[in-house]
Amino acid sequence: MLKIKANNFNLYYNDFHVLKNINIDIEEKKITAIIGPSGCGKSSFLKSINRINDIVEYMRVNGEIIISGQNIYDKRVDVNSVRKNVGMVFQRPNLFPISIYENISFGLKINKIANNKSTIMAIVEESLSSVMLLHDVKDKLYKSALLLTLEQQQRLCIARVLAINPQIILFDEPCSSLDNVATKKIEELIMKLREKYTVVLVTHNMQQAARISNDTAVMICGRIIEFASTEQIFTCPSKKETESYVTGRFMI
Amino acid sequence: MRHFDIEINDLQNRLINMAKLVQLMIKIASKEFIKKDSQQINIILSIENEINIQEIIIDNKCLKLIALNQPVGTDLRLITSVIKINSDLERMADEAVNISKMAYDLPNFLQLKFLFINILKMIDDVQNMIMDCIKAFNTNNSQLALLVLKKDNKVDFLRDRIVDDIKSLMIKFTNIDIIQKALDLIFIAKSIERIGDHATNISEDIVFMLHGKDVRHPQRRI
Repeated sequence: MLKIKANNFNLYYNDFHVLKNINIDIEEKKITAIIGPSGCGKSSFLKSINRINDIVEYMRVNGEIIISGQNIYDKRVDVNSVRKNVGMVFQRPNLFPISIYENISFGLKINKIANNKSTIMAIVEESLSSVMLLHDVKDKLYKSALLLTLEQQQRLCIARVLAINPQIILFDEPCSSLDNVATKKIEELIMKLREKYTVVLVTHNMQQAARISNDTAVMICGRIIEFASTEQIFTCPSKKETESYVTGRFMI
Repeated sequence: MRHFDIEINDLQNRLINMAKLVQLMIKIASKEFIKKDSQQINIILSIENEINIQEIIIDNKCLKLIALNQPVGTDLRLITSVIKINSDLERMADEAVNISKMAYDLPNFLQLKFLFINILKMIDDVQNMIMDCIKAFNTNNSQLALLVLKKDNKVDFLRDRIVDDIKSLMIKFTNIDIIQKALDLIFIAKSIERIGDHATNISEDIVFMLHGKDVRHPQRRI
């Protein structure tokens, strides 16, 4: 089932035309990877899906991004509800310098999802359990989140997103600061998330896209040049540019 | 040129050389039908030895390229095809050895000589098939590769004719030596036909390598 649909979506920073006529249909409960060379607009597109780009000065868009049938750029849409529905995990863990518990409970309170302590604790434990972190941190929930390893911090970031109960999770290079073992663990977690959530993943690591995604979009110079099953993209892409990019022969 | 591309070129060249060695083996084996020569089998065995060495080198190179470069797209298809073609070429070489061993004293059996024409025709046909495979691989020509598939039917037809001819001959002769040699000829025809089958496999691999399209077993689509 279709979850995210971009219709002739364009994005500009001042006069710089970053995203050019993006059209893509992203399926529900699948992992969709977006790959492409640096500066091609992958992250800009990702940030357009939860309107985090709105905070960029001189940013303007035209076209539509439709999530669950609603154009999120419609003037009547509440941007906070979009961001609540579309969680995001960044390159480096971006935890608050507060306790593990508070990192999760903070979002619950400001989104008015839960107020009483027992409900909050239940959600905190459930989301930590979903990212397989509860066992490691159950005795130090009130200790600083920054004491965790990078991998655990990234798991906590994901737990923080899950606590808000979004439908879509965006990952912007989620493993770029992690070592190989931690990367494999986060990849396993992302694959598990597919059961409940629609995942969009931006990555420079093509092998990661090949390993974990169902579909892959190849973006070059602000355009999606090919969107197909990951298997097709990495074994027999239909466009020459895709072939050049995935085989490492691409030159701008 | 990137280091990876240099390695890929080397791989392609090795495979082509291996295919040429297989052609040479078959050519030498075919001479045994014309003239008995005890040296020919030794030459064939020494070429087979070289092919066995190359088979291992090519496999190792493919494994290394996959492990170290994680190839995708055309590169992945090329390397996986090379692994399969490599194996087919080695088996062709084994068949050439079988032909040579069984054909050793055939020129002494004049009663069987009339069968050699079709055997040599078969050899000619499989040699052409191998040559087309080499050309198709070298020039990325999938049309030529597909033609090889059609040529295999002719080889199969000739094999059937040879077997029929031998069956008729066996009824006429009671000499056990002639019967034994006639049986050897059936095995030779079978070996040549197997070489044709391997050439067919190679041509299918070339089509997959070029277009990612699986043309094997067309009647058994999954």
